[in-house]
Amino acid sequence: MKRRDFLKATLGGTAATLCATSVEARPNLEPAPQAVGMLFDSTLCVGCKACVSKCKEVNDMPPVIDGDKTTWDSARDLSDQTLNVIKVYRDGNATTKDSEVDGYCFEKRSCMHCVDPGCVSVCPCTAMRQDKVTGIVTHHPDVCIGCRNCMVGCPYNVPQFEYNKLFGQIRKCELCNQPGVERINKGQMTGCAEACPTGSTLFGPREALLEEARRRMQLKPGELYRYPMGDITRPYNYHEKIVPTYKQHIWGEKEAGGTSVMHISSVSFDKLGMPPLEERSAASIAESVQHSVYSFMALPALALAGLTYTVRKNTRDHDEGDDQ
Amino acid sequence: MSAHQALGGRIFTKPFLVLLLIFVVGLVFMVERFSSGMGAVSNLNGGFAWGIWVVFDVVVGTAFACGGYALAFMVYVFNKGQYHPLVRPAVLASLLGYALGGFGAFFDMGRFWQFYEIFIPGNWNFNSVMLEVGLCVAVYIIILALEFAPAVLEKFGMHGLLKSLNKVLFFLIALGVLLPTMHQSSLGSLLIAMGHKVHPLWQVDHMQPVLALISALIMGFSIVIFEASTSAVGFSRKSEASLLAKMRQVIIGLLSTFLIVRLLVLLVQGKLGLIFAADFASLMILLETALFAIPLVILLSPERSSRGSQLLIAAMCMLMAGSLYRFDAFLLTFNPGPGYSYFPSAAEIMITLGVVAFEIMAYLILVKTLPVLHREERAL
Ligand code: SF4
Ligand code: SF4
Repeated sequence: MKRRDFLKATLGGTAATLCATSVEARPNLEPAPQAVGMLFDSTLCVGCKACVSKCKEVNDMPPVIDGDKTTWDSARDLSDQTLNVIKVYRDGNATTKDSEVDGYCFEKRSCMHCVDPGCVSVCPCTAMRQDKVTGIVTHHPDVCIGCRNCMVGCPYNVPQFEYNKLFGQIRKCELCNQPGVERINKGQMTGCAEACPTGSTLFGPREALLEEARRRMQLKPGELYRYPMGDITRPYNYHEKIVPTYKQHIWGEKEAGGTSVMHISSVSFDKLGMPPLEERSAASIAESVQHSVYSFMALPALALAGLTYTVRKNTRDHDEGDDQ
Repeated sequence: MSAHQALGGRIFTKPFLVLLLIFVVGLVFMVERFSSGMGAVSNLNGGFAWGIWVVFDVVVGTAFACGGYALAFMVYVFNKGQYHPLVRPAVLASLLGYALGGFGAFFDMGRFWQFYEIFIPGNWNFNSVMLEVGLCVAVYIIILALEFAPAVLEKFGMHGLLKSLNKVLFFLIALGVLLPTMHQSSLGSLLIAMGHKVHPLWQVDHMQPVLALISALIMGFSIVIFEASTSAVGFSRKSEASLLAKMRQVIIGLLSTFLIVRLLVLLVQGKLGLIFAADFASLMILLETALFAIPLVILLSPERSSRGSQLLIAAMCMLMAGSLYRFDAFLLTFNPGPGYSYFPSAAEIMITLGVVAFEIMAYLILVKTLPVLHREERAL
C-alpha cells in the first residue's frame, strides 16, 4: 500500500466513523413510566440535617465529624459514609436567607437518579442498574469489579468507593430501595423525605413533582403557599410559608436528559455547585459512538476478514522471499 | 535455523541493579496496597477516581506498547518486508507493556478479588466502553504472548509446536492488528461519557476514538524508532536508522492527520478561542501541538531524518506528545467540580515506577536469553 492510499484509508475511516455516528445517534433516554423521585426546594431548607442523620440510620453508617463539631453529623460532602449531605452557600456577610448577594442558603447532594444515568451506561459489568418501572438507579456489588468508571461517568460525583477498606465497595443513594431496605417497594417514601420537617425534600412520582415545581415557579413572591410535606401523593402535613423569588429553573427537568431528583432554588445553580450540563447526556453520545463502531460486531468482523486475507497473502510473500 | 539470536551477556549489570532496587521499593508499596487497601497508599478520591495507575499504567502505558501494533501494520498489512528484523523485539516490548498495563489495571481495581466478573458474559453491558477495553486488552495480551511464542519455542527446540503455530500465525497477526485498533480507539472513547469533566479543548466527543487511535499509532512507531536507536547504542548494534527512516512517510501522514483533524474539530465545535485563553489548558494544548509539530518538521526534511540523532529527537517528541495528550485529557485538565484535587502520592508513583522497572528488567533478560534480536543486524 502506498502512503497516499494509507492516508486515504485513514481519512476514509475517519469519515465513515463520522457518518455512522450521525446516522445512528441515540437520543437521550425517556423517563421510566412510573418514575419516582424527589423535589428539593432549597428555599424551604433550614439546614437542620435531619435528612442526613435519617439517611445514616437507614444505611447503617456512622456520623462524620468535621473538626470539633461533635454535636451533629458535620459531613461536608458526599463520601462512602455519607450518601446524602446538606451543604451551605454563603456570600458576603451571609445575613439574608436565599439571597445570592450577602446571603446564604442550603443545598442537598445525593444521587439524582438520572433519567439517562452515566453510571449505568459506563459500567462494564451491569453493576449499576436502572429500574425499568421506577427509574431508580441501584448498585449491585456482587458483580462490581471496582473499576470506578461509574464515579468518573457520573456528572455529579455521586458514587463513592470505600478506599479505606481492603475489600471496599461502591456506595451511593439507592432511593431507599436497596435490598434489605426496599422502602419504595413497601409503599413508603424515602427516609430523607420522611425526616424533613419543612417539606424541603418532597417524595413522589417524577411527573407530579415536576408539576409541583412548575406551580411554584408561577407563584407570586410574597404570597402565602401551603407546601406539602412528605409524599406529594399523600402529604402528612403542610407547611405554610411566604413564597420567595424563585429562579425560573427546575434543575433536573432537562439537564443531561433530566433527573428524577429535582431541585429548585432562589440562588442560581452554578453558585450552588451544580455542574455545567447541556441537554444532551454524555452517555447518549458515548453510546452512539460505541454502537456505530460496534453494531453487532459487524464492522470488527469485516475488518478481521480483510486483515486476515491481507496478512495471509503478505506473509506468504515473505516466506517465499525468505526461502530464496 | 532461526534468523534471530539471543544477545547473551551478563544479566546483573549496574543499570539492572538500579532497576531492581526501584522494583523492590515499588513492591513494598504493592504489598501495602493489597494488605491495607487503596486508601492507605493512594490519593484517589471521590472526584478523581482515576489517578496515575489508570492514566499512566493503562492509558499511556498501552500506547507506549503499540510498537508491535504499528510494526504489524507495516510489515504484514502494507507488505513492507524490510522491517521484519524489528518485529520480534517490538512484539516483546508490546507484550510486556500490555501485560503490565493489565497488571496495573488489576491493582487499581477496587474489587480485585472478583475481577473475573468482567469475563462473565451474563454481566456484560454492551453500552460500556470499559467493557470493550477490558475484554479487548485481555485477549490482546494472549495474542501478543502467542505472537512472541516462536522465540520461546525456538529456544527450547520445540519444532513441532512451532510449525503448527506458524500455520495459524497469519490469523493471530490479523487479530493483533484488529484488537489494538479497537481498544486504542476506545481508550479515547472513555472520555466521552465523562462529559463536562473533560476540558472542552479535549472533549471532542465523536472524534475521541479517532484522535486516540492516530496518536497511539504515532506513539507505536516512535517507540520502535526509540527502542531500535537506544538498543543500537546500548547493545552496540548496527544502527537501524536507514531502515527506520523509511517509516517516515507513514508517520508524516499520521502526524498531519492528527493535527488537521484536531484543528478542524475545535473549529467546528467553536472552541478555537480557548487555545489562546492564556490559562493552564491553553498552555498545555500549545505544548502538545508543538510536540506533534516538531517531529513533523524533522521528518519532512529528508536530510534531517537520515540522521539518527534527529530521528531520535523526533521519536521522543512524539512519545511525549501522545503521553501529554492523554495526561492532559484524563488528569491535568480534568475537572470533576469544586472541592476535589489530586496529586499522586509517593506510593502511587513508586508502584508505577516499580512496574516500569520490572518491564525493562524483563525486556533485558529476555533479549539476552531468547532469540529476539535479528541475526544479520548484530555486530561481531
Ligand atoms: S447522579 Fe450519578 S450515580 Fe446518580 S443516577 Fe445519575 S449518574 Fe448515576
Ligand atoms: S466500579 Fe463497579 S459499579 Fe462502578 S463502573 Fe466499575 S464495575 Fe460498575
